[in-house]
Amino acid sequence: MQLKERVIHIKEKRNNIEYSISPVSLSEVEGSSGIKKYTMNQIQNFTKGFIKENPVFILLLGLCPTLGVTTSAVNGLGMGLATTFVLVMSNLVVSVVRKAIPDKVRIPAFIVIIASFVTIVELVMQAYTPDLFEALGLFIPLIVVNCIVLGRAEAFASKNTPWSSIVDGMGMGLGFAFALTLLGGARELLGSGAIFGIKLIEADLMLVFVLAPGAFIVLGYLIALINKLNKA
Amino acid sequence: MEYFVIIIGSIFVSNIVLTQFLGICPFVGVSGKLSTSVGMGGAVLFVLTLATMVTWIIQYYVLNPLGLGFMQTIVFILIIASLVQMVEIILKKVSPALFQALGVFLPLITTNCAVLGVAILTIQKDFNLIEGVVYAIANAIGFTLALVLFAGIREHLDLMEVPKAMRGVPIALVVAGILALAFMGFTGLV
Repeated sequence: MQLKERVIHIKEKRNNIEYSISPVSLSEVEGSSGIKKYTMNQIQNFTKGFIKENPVFILLLGLCPTLGVTTSAVNGLGMGLATTFVLVMSNLVVSVVRKAIPDKVRIPAFIVIIASFVTIVELVMQAYTPDLFEALGLFIPLIVVNCIVLGRAEAFASKNTPWSSIVDGMGMGLGFAFALTLLGGARELLGSGAIFGIKLIEADLMLVFVLAPGAFIVLGYLIALINKLNKA
Repeated sequence: MEYFVIIIGSIFVSNIVLTQFLGICPFVGVSGKLSTSVGMGGAVLFVLTLATMVTWIIQYYVLNPLGLGFMQTIVFILIIASLVQMVEIILKKVSPALFQALGVFLPLITTNCAVLGVAILTIQKDFNLIEGVVYAIANAIGFTLALVLFAGIREHLDLMEVPKAMRGVPIALVVAGILALAFMGFTGLV
């Protein structure tokens, strides 16, 4: 009898711990290895965006900014981080209000939420990083129509708890930033012999890789490389 | 003459897909077949022109007088989304034949960055309404041109012996790069 009470007590305690992180995830922590499984799930949820479900290399989403802004590693990273912010915040808000939005007007509602955060990013970047704002130009307002953001809101955040939605947004966003930085770095190195503005090679290199055609070609070969690595 | 510069400039010199990187998703996704890419081009021409017209009017007669310039992104995307819905409903009633041809592509257009991109660019370049409309039509033609050219090449590409890792999207992107290289030849034309 005493033992049973103790077990219940421990279970309650554990539930309370989980409750402080995420109120709706109680079903996930049942069973003896609940917390461990839950943490494992979150880690998987976070890391899947980098390689296994990388939005650019595997899912081929958001190709317009990917090709448009990656003339250098810095631009790629800046765009990636801006998108990550929008992704995390819109995922959070969508998942908080997901039960209040009628199914029929779901997509317009998501778009308004996303557009609000894009406007915030736009104004903040204009004020604090004017150079980057200038370099990214049109592609900042175009985060609104980036398929990754709406895609995650629809496919993940509208069905999951706020906490896992943040983790998902963070993972996908950083995966996107990683892909953009890689592509930007490769183009910068091939085109001007520098990475993050630091000159590595002193010579006239292939300027074409910084121009428009280089974006297509480098991305094509990067995807091929990742296909090759995934199969091996 | 001014219009001529806008038209040649947007179709060839700064082609919306191959130099400005707008509308890449349909460019890669839809361009497998020649017929579907022509359909997509038609739908984009229709929506792009309408959207540019409406957003221009809203920008100059609603947002600017009220000092709401910072709301541009939110307002424009809402206008485009509802416009696409409206076009879909009207086409279904008025011209079922046209709806049959363009219907599948219409929902995809809301998230086509070419539409929002051109609407914002028209404002940024300080075009008046007629120039804006010409600019929109020329860009839609440039989009269709790139799509059709690319689809034609891809249809041949399907028959080629391509290394396994390069099959599908990677080789398509490399070909698009070569196509963009060809379009660079137009630089300095106007």
